[in-house]
Amino acid sequence: MNENMNEKQSAGAVQTTGHAWDGDLQEYNNPLPRWWLWCFYGTAVFSVLYWFIYPSWPVGQTWLKGFGSVSYTISDKATGKEKEQEYRWNTRSLLLEDLSDAANNTQRKEMMAKVRTADYDQILKDRKMMEFVRSVGKGLFGDNCAACHGRGGQGVAGMYPNLTDDDWLWGGGMNQIHQTLVEGRNGFMPAFGTVLKPEQMDDVAEYVLTLSGEARPGEASERGKEIFHGQVGGCYYCHGADAKGVQSQGAANLTDRIWTVVDLPALKTPQDKKTALKNLITTGVNNTRIMPAWKDRLSPTDVKLLAVYVRQLGGAK
Amino acid sequence: MRHEHIETNSALMLLLIMVVISIGGLVEIVPLFYINETIEKVDGVRPYTPLESRGRDIYVREGCYLCHSQQIRPFRDEWLRYGHYSLAAESQYDHPFQWGSKRTGPDLARVGGKYSNQWQVQHLKNPQSVVPQSIMPRYPWLLENDLDYADADTRMRALRVTGVPYSLTQIEYDANLKKYGKEIADQLDINQAQNSLLKQAREKNFDGLPERITEMEALVAYLQVLGTMVDFTKYDEGYFAQFR
Repeated sequence: MNENMNEKQSAGAVQTTGHAWDGDLQEYNNPLPRWWLWCFYGTAVFSVLYWFIYPSWPVGQTWLKGFGSVSYTISDKATGKEKEQEYRWNTRSLLLEDLSDAANNTQRKEMMAKVRTADYDQILKDRKMMEFVRSVGKGLFGDNCAACHGRGGQGVAGMYPNLTDDDWLWGGGMNQIHQTLVEGRNGFMPAFGTVLKPEQMDDVAEYVLTLSGEARPGEASERGKEIFHGQVGGCYYCHGADAKGVQSQGAANLTDRIWTVVDLPALKTPQDKKTALKNLITTGVNNTRIMPAWKDRLSPTDVKLLAVYVRQLGGAK
Repeated sequence: MRHEHIETNSALMLLLIMVVISIGGLVEIVPLFYINETIEKVDGVRPYTPLESRGRDIYVREGCYLCHSQQIRPFRDEWLRYGHYSLAAESQYDHPFQWGSKRTGPDLARVGGKYSNQWQVQHLKNPQSVVPQSIMPRYPWLLENDLDYADADTRMRALRVTGVPYSLTQIEYDANLKKYGKEIADQLDINQAQNSLLKQAREKNFDGLPERITEMEALVAYLQVLGTMVDFTKYDEGYFAQFR
């Protein structure tokens, strides 16, 4: 082929461009292969078609919107019914189309509809819905809850409650978990720094330590017990006469070894533990133990999925 | 003009090359200055308050945009993870916008209200203490540095020049009053910038330190407002498609 070309060129069959550089330097004018040329013309024609099908040129105050269209199903805000709609091609219509008919999304939609109408008992008993809760709930939890409660729901000791144990500040029943998610929670304990004298706070701290077996009962803890259960401290109002906490107040159970505000198990010496408790009693808890309300951010169905997901993490009663 | 003439005249060729290659850019950029149809008609979007605005400055100063975008794209996976896609209207008062495409960390366009103030403070101070697997660096100095808000009004003046409706005159104030109500109109008034900033900081106490106004205060105030201005439950699912 090459030889053939050379022959042709030397025979003068191929024209030159007509320039002569440096006296005798000339340039052949070989035509482009025909197939290549036609492809090139084809792309030019295609680009014109493209302008009309898809949004393209700006024109005055607006732009050519194209006559491509996309159809999708959305739920009508006024009636709540699903309706078919067709709209011009753009990325937002494409999203709506994707949301209404991607294969795994239709499956998801079906299950979502099922969860939306079911109550908690029905979901907990239904194997298929529970499978759905575990897979979708994991994503929802990871995105919304894991930042505080950890990816596995383990929480952060001393800061954010562990959701996998059976200790619940605000209750672990389905309705209570639901309430916590929807409305949020705001943990509160009054500051006793101005109410109690330092030595009284020492005594109360000592008593609280004995409740979970962190310290042995003694004289100090007896004095603390009186303050705890008497009018002076009044701790029993919220933590209960048995110190097991009152869930409607979000008051902690003090008789177990689970600590959610001060990370007591992490502290080594009894003195450190006592100091940490005393500090807590002094300052109380005010605006530092907030669970945000999720009702404006999550749909009722998402809340349901998350409530069941949290329950099945292992700890709910 | 003959081809040879252009090829042998480098200044002319340079000029013509520049003309040709700038056409592509101009066709794409210029219409954006006068086509307003793409800005969605939507309620609730307002300029940042002085405190939020200072928080935004700190966001830019610390280079948060190097790892975090603020632009949720209209794709199903983003819709499911982050919520409604971002609107042009939502960043109309951002100069410059913080859209970005680098997502070493998650998108922050709708992070407002997602976590408590306390979590934000703790997380900025030491991210690994709440998210052990995080690779985000620590920003402990935000709690140590007091916020410099002496020039809050000057900064608002500068933004006003770019078209952000901060009010300087009574007429402008009245317009904001009508549009946003008194509380916000006061916040957007350049003449009382410092006072408004202090007022919001004291009321909300974003950093958990009642006696101090730290840089953390401003940054958390900013983060907590991101993506919260538009109430999407008010609009039909298909409504926003008409602006594209």
